[in-house]
Amino acid sequence: MAVIELKNITFTYNKNTPSAVCALDHVSLKIDGAADGITGLIGHTGSGKSTLVQMLNGLLKPDEGQVILDGTDIWAEPKKIRDVRFKAGLVMQYPEYQLFAETVREDIAFGPKNMGLTGDELNTRVLEAAKFSGLAPELLDKSPFELSGGQKRRAALAGVMAMQPKILILDEPAAGLDPVGRRDILGGIRQYAGESSTTVIIVSHSMEDMAMYCDKLVVMADAKVLMHRTCAEVFSEYQELISVGLDVPQITRIAAALAENGADIGADIYTVDYAVKQLLKKL
Amino acid sequence: MKADITFGQYCEGNSLIHRLDPRMKIVLSILYIVAIFLAKGVTSFALLILSAVLLVGLTGLSPAMILRGMRPLLFIIVFTAVINIFWMTGDVLLVQLGPVKIYLEGIINAILIVVRIVLLIVATSVFLTYTTTPLALTDGLEQLLSPLKKLHVPVHEFSMMMTIALRFIPTLIDETQKIMNAQKARGADFSTGSLLQRAKALIPILIPLFISAFRRADELATAMECRCYTGGEGRTRMNVLRSTAKDWLFLLAILLLGTAIVLLNTYFPLYGLTL
Repeated sequence: MAVIELKNITFTYNKNTPSAVCALDHVSLKIDGAADGITGLIGHTGSGKSTLVQMLNGLLKPDEGQVILDGTDIWAEPKKIRDVRFKAGLVMQYPEYQLFAETVREDIAFGPKNMGLTGDELNTRVLEAAKFSGLAPELLDKSPFELSGGQKRRAALAGVMAMQPKILILDEPAAGLDPVGRRDILGGIRQYAGESSTTVIIVSHSMEDMAMYCDKLVVMADAKVLMHRTCAEVFSEYQELISVGLDVPQITRIAAALAENGADIGADIYTVDYAVKQLLKKL
Repeated sequence: MKADITFGQYCEGNSLIHRLDPRMKIVLSILYIVAIFLAKGVTSFALLILSAVLLVGLTGLSPAMILRGMRPLLFIIVFTAVINIFWMTGDVLLVQLGPVKIYLEGIINAILIVVRIVLLIVATSVFLTYTTTPLALTDGLEQLLSPLKKLHVPVHEFSMMMTIALRFIPTLIDETQKIMNAQKARGADFSTGSLLQRAKALIPILIPLFISAFRRADELATAMECRCYTGGEGRTRMNVLRSTAKDWLFLLAILLLGTAIVLLNTYFPLYGLTL
């Protein structure tokens, strides 16, 4: 069963003013549970992806349409919108700028505390979240402002993971990190998704990252969902992605160039490993 | 939220008022405010209202927008009016309800004071906020105050600080919104609970906001130093301000208005404001 279902969502910023911008235009989308892997959300700047993720945890209310999580409309009872936020944890862009508490431990505990947790339960959650996000336990009693950039990012991530949301949405979790940092964070998220049966959605515009860490992709363009398919299927639509201003992984481009020159190794190339395998087969 | 704040916002335009020298606009608005405070009689207020309507017409901005900009100050306006109606005593008693007495003088006074406040807002927004970019405004202010440099007042530094502060207001509003959303995503609740609880709920917003403001200040300082900024000493400008005939004409018009108000106050007040 679909964990997340968007039905005909429309949303306009600055409605009824001259500067109105339609960010989502009758978007319908179904995202399956954790068993079906990580979903990646890609799109050009301004394609509506950040708006879409803010719909999922009720930070924005759609002008039209329904957001259905686990079979219930999240706006059925507007007063209980906080419960929705615990169910659908959102890590915003550059989350390290939200750290505020005196110690990393307290900061991670902010979310679960808001859920009403105390004592041992709270403690276990903080420790578990720190472990999942790859934060060393000795850092927990430091001030969040003493940490390095990458460590801050992990601490912020742990702050959302500690709420143990059923759905974890990450908006550009690796933005601004060096290649090693990117790999660690995204690899950690992938591992977390596998071990905790959490439905994970990653928003990014790095095609390489998406190809590496996601199983299914939702492509957005001009406030609409353009495609929702597996990575291989999406990246084989090379021309269409380029036409909406998106890129494809470098290796896909190489494969396309090879095909043009008479060495077709298949249109579904999007990771280097698979490309090597196909090439060897060809030889 | 942001869309509601029209008070204190520059509106693009190319009217006569938009094109006035910002230095002159500062002087004009000060003189106009003086004129507003000089006015006492009903006739002089009528003249002021006429001139304000004329000014709004000259800017080419929609009067509705200027009125909307007053909404944040509505409370002060209503409060002043109420105080005047109920507390003012006079000769002509209109209504008496127990201890509450309303005099004709009170009502007229309330109306005149409301007109005065509205005129103050219209004057400053027409001359300064709506028609002058913040940059031109601080530039104008810097040059007007430049004689103070002789007294070792750091005029340039003050105006640079003002420019930077104005520049960062929208940025900080954006930032606040983002941080609020992030904390809401972690279940923060800003709208329920006791006053103390709500004040405490602001900590997770204020701390990151301060930190980011300091970080931005630091980055900006570095960027300015990289471009060899050393303060106002020997600094030249790309756009040099020049006064033209229309600037002096406006000055003359405002001075005439002031004179007319003084004359009307003295010889033909009809009814005088008592304060």
